Amino acid sequence: MSAGPLMEFKNVDVFYGQIHALKRVSLHIDEGETVSLIGANGAGKSTLLMSIFGQPRAASGQILYRGADISKKSAHYVASNGIAQSPEGRRVFPDMTVEENLLMGTIPIGMKHADEDKQRMFELFPRLQERRNQRAMTMSGGEQQMLAIARALMSRPKLLLLDEPSLGLAPIVVKQIFATLRELAKSGMTIFLVEQNANHALKLSDRAYVMVTGEIRMTGTGSELLGNEEVRNAYLGGH
Amino acid sequence: MDAIFWQQMVNGLTLGAVYGLIAIGYTMVYGIIGMINFAHGEVYMVSAYLAAIAIALLGFFGIHSFPLVILGTLIFTIVVTGVYGFAIERIAYKPLRNSTRLAPLISAIGMSLILQNYVQLSQGARQQGIPTLLEGSLRLHIGDDFVQLTYTKVFILVAAVLGMLALTFIIQKTRLGRMCRATQQDRKMAQILGINTDRVISYVFIIGAAMAGLAGVLITLNYGTFDFYAGFIIGIKAFTAAVLGGIGSLPGAMLGGLILGIAEAQFSGMVNTDYKDVFSFSLLVLILIFRPQGLLGRPQVTKV
Repeated sequence: MSAGPLMEFKNVDVFYGQIHALKRVSLHIDEGETVSLIGANGAGKSTLLMSIFGQPRAASGQILYRGADISKKSAHYVASNGIAQSPEGRRVFPDMTVEENLLMGTIPIGMKHADEDKQRMFELFPRLQERRNQRAMTMSGGEQQMLAIARALMSRPKLLLLDEPSLGLAPIVVKQIFATLRELAKSGMTIFLVEQNANHALKLSDRAYVMVTGEIRMTGTGSELLGNEEVRNAYLGGH
Repeated sequence: MDAIFWQQMVNGLTLGAVYGLIAIGYTMVYGIIGMINFAHGEVYMVSAYLAAIAIALLGFFGIHSFPLVILGTLIFTIVVTGVYGFAIERIAYKPLRNSTRLAPLISAIGMSLILQNYVQLSQGARQQGIPTLLEGSLRLHIGDDFVQLTYTKVFILVAAVLGMLALTFIIQKTRLGRMCRATQQDRKMAQILGINTDRVISYVFIIGAAMAGLAGVLITLNYGTFDFYAGFIIGIKAFTAAVLGGIGSLPGAMLGGLILGIAEAQFSGMVNTDYKDVFSFSLLVLILIFRPQGLLGRPQVTKV
């Protein structure tokens, strides 16, 4: 069981009403890897991440986590078993302070490491320490993104899911965030990253998948895809 | 200011504190699942019967000292009322979690009718009562006049304030409170973080019902009588208080309760007792026209 990938999608179909959002998607993420999923807006990337939590549920196929099918499990079950997500739109709790938001990340593991982990997050994202008693709604988009990632890390996840951490942020902030992600990846964290910003994502990743209208079209190592003509034209703006 | 004003201030504060306790149930449930729990007034009504049963039972076992009777009654009533709150949500609302917004509202009205009729059948339609448990009063002299502050009213005020403080502490400082707030602010995200939101919603119903149970004991101590229909008018008053303070806001519910209680008592004292309900509901209409979000509520922002 431990020999297989940490997470695996096997022929997963997902529907949003009439819309066939994911079409027989298969992919896998090995322990310790950084894998990214790139694709245009509306390709189904966020749907794929959320389907891990059963929102929406897979209509067919299997979502295996450490060898067991979790496609029928509740969201809180999935979270309690070591999968954490910084979701699309960040979704920090607007009326809670930075510290309270961080504590919300500890639900799956309890409070025993809370203080130590909070300090770790403040080292990772010093901006959060400056704003520790500020309500999340008063922070900038970049700070909220840092908070969303830190909150996910507070559960000491085995698998970290990141949905477009660069979306809507200034280039300098994107750089900072990706530098932090690189540190995390080096420390052995398994990361599954969904991005439109293919340039940053591919440079960070061991492997990547390209998604087009609900299907996986291409896969390869980060550098292979960075060098691929088609990918360059479609997702890297020809740079 | 004359004695009548201060007397009505005292009466209004006690009444308002109790409205506030019941309003907490409306506002927390609204905050977390966006529905008005119209059966909440009935929870209060049931708790009045439970309080009377507890007092009778304790008397039967020869317990008559006020502290013991009130402690036993409070524990029994709050626990059993909490069970009612839990059961109501499980039976009438949870199965409708993913249906239209109107469905649980209708279900709530049905639950309210069921509770009224069940109490009427099992306890009889007549008014019931309890003996006065706490005799005596303080008199505060103002000029030639005086304000009468019964020990019962003092007890009600102290107990209601303690209840509200305890609740505020739970919501602001504990893990359970943070889970409630997270579920209220973004239920889907709360689930993704590992919170069993169905369970949190159950807790909110239990907490709301427990507060109504506390209110039920306190009002019963003050008035001594109640019937199966007692939940209706007080429920609507507490709902008014919740809207006045800003539905969804916890401090708003407490503040709204106090303001409504004082306004109502002053109106009774200065104008007319018969029209006090008209006055309260006119207040509700005015709030809905001029400040629909309530005193401490935030304007409704539609989530995209």
